[in-house]
Amino acid sequence: MIFAVPLESFYGRFARVLRGFALLFAFLAVVPATGLAQQGSGETLRIDVSGANVEPLPTAIEAFELEDPSLAGRADEITAVIAADLESTALFRLIPQAAHVAQVVSFDAVPGFEDWRAIGAEALVRARIGQLSDGRLRVQYRVFDVFGGQQLVGQQLLAAPPDWRRISHKIADGIYSALTGEGPYFDSRVVFIDETGPKDRRSKRLALMDQDGANLRYLPVSSDLVLTPRFSPNEQTILYISYDDGTPQVYLQSLETGQRERLGFVDGMTFAPRFSPQGDRIVFSASQGGNTDIYSLTLANRALTRLTNSPAIDTAPSFSPDGSQIVFESDRGGSQQLYVTGAGGGGANRISFGNGRYATPVWSPTGDHIAFTKIVRGRFHIGVMRPDGSDEQLLTTSFLDEGPTWAPNGRVLMFFREGAGAGGRPQLMSVDVTGRNLRPVGTPNGASDPTWSPLRR
Amino acid sequence: MKRTFAAIAIVALLAACSSNEEELATSGIDSAATGQGVDGSGLPPIDSPEYFNTVIGDRVFFETDSSDISLRAQDVLVQQAGWLNNNPGVTATIEGHADERGTRDYNLALGARRANAVQSFLQSQGVDSSRLRTVTFGKERPVSTCSNESCWSENRRGVTLLAGGGVS
Repeated sequence: MIFAVPLESFYGRFARVLRGFALLFAFLAVVPATGLAQQGSGETLRIDVSGANVEPLPTAIEAFELEDPSLAGRADEITAVIAADLESTALFRLIPQAAHVAQVVSFDAVPGFEDWRAIGAEALVRARIGQLSDGRLRVQYRVFDVFGGQQLVGQQLLAAPPDWRRISHKIADGIYSALTGEGPYFDSRVVFIDETGPKDRRSKRLALMDQDGANLRYLPVSSDLVLTPRFSPNEQTILYISYDDGTPQVYLQSLETGQRERLGFVDGMTFAPRFSPQGDRIVFSASQGGNTDIYSLTLANRALTRLTNSPAIDTAPSFSPDGSQIVFESDRGGSQQLYVTGAGGGGANRISFGNGRYATPVWSPTGDHIAFTKIVRGRFHIGVMRPDGSDEQLLTTSFLDEGPTWAPNGRVLMFFREGAGAGGRPQLMSVDVTGRNLRPVGTPNGASDPTWSPLRR
Repeated sequence: MKRTFAAIAIVALLAACSSNEEELATSGIDSAATGQGVDGSGLPPIDSPEYFNTVIGDRVFFETDSSDISLRAQDVLVQQAGWLNNNPGVTATIEGHADERGTRDYNLALGARRANAVQSFLQSQGVDSSRLRTVTFGKERPVSTCSNESCWSENRRGVTLLAGGGVS
């Protein structure tokens, strides 16, 4: 559990008062981390993430102020995680601490902006770390616009020492959001399939890790063929496919207890499950007599609704963020294309019309895009389009790119890429919604079928 | 030729790791099996699973993104049905598989279509549907791992797996 409260922006002499004010709220549950950006005379420092070419923002993370010298090592570790998060976006260039020349002033004092300007820093992060009598770590940080001479965001975080990486991600999220205007996403996890063994005899395991690859663990399953794990909105439960009884079936599993349940409420084989945004329903495909249609299951009363009824393959359903619509793929028109229907079924509107086959549509959590896999002329792509099908853009291309999943802020996608031939090994990749910053996501073995969690609370 | 190679391999193994009995035993079985194949020492009994698997053929193949039963596949399935009708106590699982050139969910659905197409054809030849279970593996269990049509065509398959008949 992490407690976060805003630290008010300040002008020197009010700092002490305001700090006391912030601490008053330190025992409340999570408060939105919106900093009170002072509207100065000039423009607010802002990275334009939609631009064609983004120059990384020179950013300095000053050495933390230590309330207890024994926390120096921890402070360095937190700094490293923040730096790694920020640099993974390619939107920030961290200025090494060895190059910092500014005179050290108290965390509650106004920093010497001139000194930070002198080394070219445009954004400055200052932090103080301490430990409460109950053992919790307390980290306070402020993000400054160096040239504007103003605080953009400030926050205090309280957490048990083992959660220090989450503190780091929360700070990186605060910095990222303050400087890009986009939602946070670093404090999140990824569930995926770990793959070992040769291509014709892969052994697959359920795996869970932080979005940066840390804290990897394997989840207990009872089959060596498991597929497509999907998070619930509270990220405490996952849906996935397992071949426990020899056929693919949807299972529901608690991450905390490992307790699992087969959702066998339909005859036939079931797959392609996803939660509704409210977590009250799931959608999935069932194959009966060779025909695959989409069903919705209300978890509370196990009421089943058939959403499609065509002789075609209807699969890969995904809810819109408001839960009112479902995008799915179907070959009812002769080839795989994307369709949108109401969450209760009914007529479906085709939204993809380009050349090639469209598959695995996933509605972004911000609602403004649908990501998909596209197969055209023997190449696989990850692409995005507007929910009405307009403005299609392909972001990647390779022998096999498949299965996009959205970061909680709808700005970054993760997917998996597999090479050709017997030696081809799947690996996780991430890319910005603009197509920039394509990069591998480190995992110890082969990895596929990633699903990004919602932002952690 | 193969036998000679196997013999050389055994000598090499003996020299290299004479203490590893398990590996030696495995090599011995391999060489015996290879010898039998080369000699062509008779067909398996007509009612044996070996006959079904190796003489009739336990699998049929599909065109890309299709679950149509080709003429050649029909020929195999007619014989499979004949064997199953002569061995009414045997049940089978029909596996539907796809090549790697599709997405995971779609290929699961496509594999289900293919398994169902095989099942329907066998039923049309008089095999009771209660004896035929279907399962899709999508693209999860390729038999050939090169990334060109020669392998993909082998992976787009429907396999009639007799109960107790081993792994496809």
